Amino acid sequence: MKKSLVKDLTAFVKDVTVWSLSGGVGYQLYLCTLAALMMFGLYAYMVQFKLGLTVTNMSDIVSWGFYIANFTFLVGVAAAAVMIILPSYVFKDKDLHKVVIIGEVVAIGALVMCMTFVFVDLGGPLQAWHLIPFIGRFNWPSSLLTWDILVLNGYLALNLMVPAYILFCHYHNRKPDERKYRPFVFLSIFWAFGIHLVTAFLYEGLPARPFWNNPLMGPRFLASAFAAGPALITMVLVIVHTQTTFKIQPEIFKKLRRIIVISAIINLIMLFSEIFKEFYLPTHHSLPAMYLYFGLQGHNTLVPWIWSAIGMNVLGTLMFAFIPGRNHPVFFMPAAILLFTGIWIEKGIGLIVPGLVPSPLGEVVSYAPSWVEVGITIGVLSLGVFVVTLLLKPALIIEQRYENEAGSQATAVQD
Amino acid sequence: MHLRKNKGCRTNQTDNHCAGKQCDRREFLKKAATAAAAGSTAMISGCSNGILSPGEEFKLQWLEYFKKYYRLMTPVEKMETVRRLERLAKIRKGVDVKIGNQEPLDDVLYGYAFNVTRCEGYMECVAACVKENNLDRLSNTQYIRIFEMEHGEMTPDAGDSKFYHEVPVQDHFYMGVQCFHCENPPCVKACPTQATWQEPDGIVVVDYDWCIGCRYCIAACPYYGRRFNWNEPQVPANQITRKQHYLGNRLRAKGQMEKCTFCIQRSRNGRLPACAEACPTGARVFGNLLDPDSEIRFVLKNKKVYRLREDLGTDPKFWYFID
Repeated sequence: MKKSLVKDLTAFVKDVTVWSLSGGVGYQLYLCTLAALMMFGLYAYMVQFKLGLTVTNMSDIVSWGFYIANFTFLVGVAAAAVMIILPSYVFKDKDLHKVVIIGEVVAIGALVMCMTFVFVDLGGPLQAWHLIPFIGRFNWPSSLLTWDILVLNGYLALNLMVPAYILFCHYHNRKPDERKYRPFVFLSIFWAFGIHLVTAFLYEGLPARPFWNNPLMGPRFLASAFAAGPALITMVLVIVHTQTTFKIQPEIFKKLRRIIVISAIINLIMLFSEIFKEFYLPTHHSLPAMYLYFGLQGHNTLVPWIWSAIGMNVLGTLMFAFIPGRNHPVFFMPAAILLFTGIWIEKGIGLIVPGLVPSPLGEVVSYAPSWVEVGITIGVLSLGVFVVTLLLKPALIIEQRYENEAGSQATAVQD
Repeated sequence: MHLRKNKGCRTNQTDNHCAGKQCDRREFLKKAATAAAAGSTAMISGCSNGILSPGEEFKLQWLEYFKKYYRLMTPVEKMETVRRLERLAKIRKGVDVKIGNQEPLDDVLYGYAFNVTRCEGYMECVAACVKENNLDRLSNTQYIRIFEMEHGEMTPDAGDSKFYHEVPVQDHFYMGVQCFHCENPPCVKACPTQATWQEPDGIVVVDYDWCIGCRYCIAACPYYGRRFNWNEPQVPANQITRKQHYLGNRLRAKGQMEKCTFCIQRSRNGRLPACAEACPTGARVFGNLLDPDSEIRFVLKNKKVYRLREDLGTDPKFWYFID
């Protein structure tokens, strides 16, 4: 019994590796491009490692920048997989169930990027072991950062375990045992809300920063994530649909569209509520919002970004809501890109920098990432895309084979 | 200044006690280093000063990397790391530093008061602080900020911290800001590795070598009290203040957080912080809040005092007062 399990596992791992790396010239070229971008990121990181974070444009005032901005946004993308997992397991939605694996793989990629972003932001990466519980000092439950480390790692583990088990069973043409994985699926649903709320609390819990110290932060994080995440998944589905033999039913796009529209509208309402509070009777605490939307003391680098982000948000939402009747994937692509990019800017740099400017002593500065920050960010994003590609390709092959097998068995029974 | 002198005098004892052991340790390290040198020479970047074997620096660095969290160290381990750091300072900078690790004195809680009426913006405190605490000269790190303010303002937000002209200016007053050593410090709560904490005498300190450089404490601090080493800090060897403290003015490295420690290396030895000592107008009052005869208690009792952002509940131990 044990021997056969080992044999099954080796076969599984071997085939998965082969499938993820083999493909046509185009596929190889694509992987090489990603590898080259990752190498560039690695080079930029080596520069940063050698000279210190001084090579970034961060300072004692803007003490968090591009890395943490991207981290914050990507936590949302990771959490958004729940919008597919929840309907497919709780409401037994058969259409969404077919793409649940894609949502989970996107979540894994996002989590890998999140953790890498936090790591590259550390001033003492070699000291990171001080965080490991029992070996180092883990300031739990006091520090929200330790909570975040726990929930992110836990969510990654859940999202690796469940799909790996299901794929392993499908690979060997066995039906996965629901009793074995269902508890973990339900745990991961709660966990997904957890990772985004905890990340919001990281900021929300700081009275020193009035722009962040806002109870709407958590719910708004969720709403924007549930719009941006499924928008990204839509993009991935469109790519899968057009580039591979794995075809996505129009019904799936229709359902995703509904999820996106509702979340995007809730997000816009909350955004409006925030803007109203900041500008109806502006107080001293509205200065960060003024800095973000209109600029302060001549520092207005963020202004064009936030307004284009809001424009993209609104336009993307309208497009998703009013694409006339058709659910053809091609029509979704521009809307998904708009909405995704808009929320990226707004939940990234538009959230982090105004939290820190004006400084607690009232100083106003501008911030734009340095080439090292941009380079490392490109590297980390490529790593994420790389991970998603390498996991998704074998996963889709296994799923397709399993379904064909099941289909042919069904026809055989009918005959 | 009415700092209560500690009856137990345990601070000086530790220093004398380790003087004898120091030789043993050095001898041991030398032997160990000679053995290791042959194998590890290639791995060392050539920054030693010739007299000393490069293997020794590597060995010391290695032991430093795996050392424990300061608060969990036994007295012996504390002494060992202090000796290693002293040796490393000698190897790297050619300077003989003396690093103390004096424990907090009994029945002492430090507090600070700033006389807004008296300060005239000479910035002597800033210069003294930079010198005393071995602050990075490259990025011009300063713990103290002096804001020039117009009458009618109470918080530094409205002030100008970049003034560069003759002081004092008519119709202006000056306000110094530094770490307020809050009784309820948000930075301590935020730190994921407990690398920053409040000592029993009220000083909020950082274990520099335990800090991972995540900068969550900067985000949590409502007073801009913390400074990060974005680059490798640089202090010319002849300007290094040699009397140091493990939690105070010892040399830091890039990627570490640092902050005002009320000059822990001085205050725990009954001296005034450098800023208070340097102030030419006597605007700075420092002392023991638990001593009813101290000057700080006199100020709190008899002057009109206020603190910055009391609404945040941080309970700073730094008061402003008006004559």
